Amino acid sequence: MITGEIKAITMPKFGLAMTEGKVAAWMKSVGAEINVGDDIADIETTKITNAYESPVKGVLRRQVAQEQEELPVGALIAVVADKETTDAEIDQFIERFQAEFSSDQAAGETIAAPEPKAIDVGGRKIRILDTGEGEGAPIVFVHGFGGDLNNWMFNQPPLAEKRRTIAIDLPGHGGSAKETSGDLTSLAATVVETLETLGIGQAHFIGHSLGGAIVLALALEKPALAASLTLLAPAGLGDTVNRNYTEGFIAADRRKTLKPVLELLFADPSLVSNDMIDDLIKFKRLDGAINAMQAIEQANFKEGKQSTNFASRIGEIKAPITIIWGRQDQVVPMTDPAQLPQTLAFHILEKSGHMPQMEQSAEVNGLIDTFIAKVNG
Amino acid sequence: MSKKSYRQAINEAIASEMRRDPTVIVMGEDVAGGAGTKGQQDAWGGVLGVTKGLITEFGPERVLDTPLSEAGYIGAAAGAAATGLRPVAELMFIDFMGVCFDQIFNQAAKFRYMFGGKAVTPLVIRAMYGAGFRAASQHSQCLYPLFTHIPGLKVVIPSSPYEVKGLLIQSIRDNDPVIFFENKVMYDDIEEVPDEPYTIPFGEANLTREGDDVTIVAIGRMVKMANEAADRLEKQGITCNVIDPRTTSPMDFDTILDCVADTGRLVIVDEASPRCNMATDISAVVAQEAFGALKAPIKMVCPPHTPVPFAPNLEDLFVPNADRIEKAAKALMNYQIKEPA
Repeated sequence: MITGEIKAITMPKFGLAMTEGKVAAWMKSVGAEINVGDDIADIETTKITNAYESPVKGVLRRQVAQEQEELPVGALIAVVADKETTDAEIDQFIERFQAEFSSDQAAGETIAAPEPKAIDVGGRKIRILDTGEGEGAPIVFVHGFGGDLNNWMFNQPPLAEKRRTIAIDLPGHGGSAKETSGDLTSLAATVVETLETLGIGQAHFIGHSLGGAIVLALALEKPALAASLTLLAPAGLGDTVNRNYTEGFIAADRRKTLKPVLELLFADPSLVSNDMIDDLIKFKRLDGAINAMQAIEQANFKEGKQSTNFASRIGEIKAPITIIWGRQDQVVPMTDPAQLPQTLAFHILEKSGHMPQMEQSAEVNGLIDTFIAKVNG
Repeated sequence: MSKKSYRQAINEAIASEMRRDPTVIVMGEDVAGGAGTKGQQDAWGGVLGVTKGLITEFGPERVLDTPLSEAGYIGAAAGAAATGLRPVAELMFIDFMGVCFDQIFNQAAKFRYMFGGKAVTPLVIRAMYGAGFRAASQHSQCLYPLFTHIPGLKVVIPSSPYEVKGLLIQSIRDNDPVIFFENKVMYDDIEEVPDEPYTIPFGEANLTREGDDVTIVAIGRMVKMANEAADRLEKQGITCNVIDPRTTSPMDFDTILDCVADTGRLVIVDEASPRCNMATDISAVVAQEAFGALKAPIKMVCPPHTPVPFAPNLEDLFVPNADRIEKAAKALMNYQIKEPA
């Protein structure tokens, strides 16, 4: 950071629907030295609470947002500068920022957030969120059973700062067409066709849960397509899955019954908010959604057993692989790293359940960023 | 997913069902609007423009402008439903239902029962209800209690744009006659509504707020008022459950009783006339089933027992609002049982 430069830290946007949020708690006090990637505050939205990582380096000079104060996305929450900057300069900076922000708001100008779009993939609607640009192979995110591209709300924006990133809604999920046979081969084929449609010849794949099994299948089938694989709590490397989750997710149709099912996803069950539950209930009400879930469950996780285990074949994949697993995963039991080739990087996150990309997003983003930088040389 | 109005959500629900199922038809006064004239075919799309555009996509064989005779075309719709179509009939204002009570109460509602289950009547009658539109006494009533009273009918009262789309698709797919209540003051309400078709099941209440102190049951547009009151009360340290029953027949009494068991205090907000309305009905069930849980008497927030006034200032006083709900909830919080002298 250039000496004398004053940087604004603003209310981030987590996910497509977020318009406002609040600082639930400050994690750095005024005067603290902070680095890029340090957790500076817990940001709370109606859907979820997440640690916010500093996008800048310097000294936290001012906490502008009060704890629990509701602020729109883009509002000033803190100011970072070096030690030498005077208080008067910081006051001036805040005053100017606030004046511009309120006039932008009055003019209805908000930060242009990337919007997902539906594309035609072989006559079928697939929704993607395509954001960021840069050199080299893009990142492609593939979510798990019952998820959608919003599962990457804490990962895609920071990772898109350096490169192109594409999050896909699998068939049956999110805003994509709901018809699917549900088997791994067809799901992997849809991901391949989506990339063909977009003219992408190679990508760094990040697969979560069922998405992990999908990118493993894809890398075995189309080796040239995979620059690297990052597997988060992946399916496809063990024999079982918690059927209370897979079957419970399909069966539950009310807040009361769905909540305990969703709590299985997290080490900290308090992360399951009513808004998160409502979003999933709304998804499950869409025509064809339940049929798709049932087809996927039957094809991949019937009676709590995984139908495909790539553990013995993972060594055939030439692309570098990183595996990240939450120690407290209650959905896909963690595979013993000793049973996998020792060339794989295997990271265990102590404070995560089945959703490390949400529960320990900063760590996961750091691991992915370092891994991809290394692969790219 | 994008933001849509209540009106647009209804239009989307009908259009998507017409695309999916060729037996779905629309009929009513001016639902297209240009029938028999040389002018624009799609002149009105219903009196407030809800069915606009349907005739262009589906043509006059499936979007039928009817004569100004509710007795005639509601009867025809019931017959069409019993013989294989899925009519969505628009009756404009629920207040006009009186001239076709026999077709609904004695015919449509009874077919399944009197033919030993061999006949189904997949009929939806859409109608506008509610005060606040400056439309005077004959166009402003909330007659859902009358229909809730009749076995064999289903009664649906959606409270928001998201709710109205899912509940209308469910209504069209349902095999029984459904009376579908649309609040005309809410047609321009906007919220996120999925583009795809989806259904919301009948008889499953929605909790729009959750709390520990007071349970508020609100019907139709009153859910908005109840949410506003609950948000204000929360700032004062009183947390509320707000229950939107969605359908009054079937009615999800289980959710109401569960919430009353937790809070011990009940406010019921109903825009219908206060005698024999949903508030009295729910009160009776709670008094019978959960008397021991009550910490205070049940409060009903309803209009006075008068016709809806035309004078705007009187009409505004007539319709229950967040202030009255807030006051009722606070009165329950402050209630103390008097010891006998």
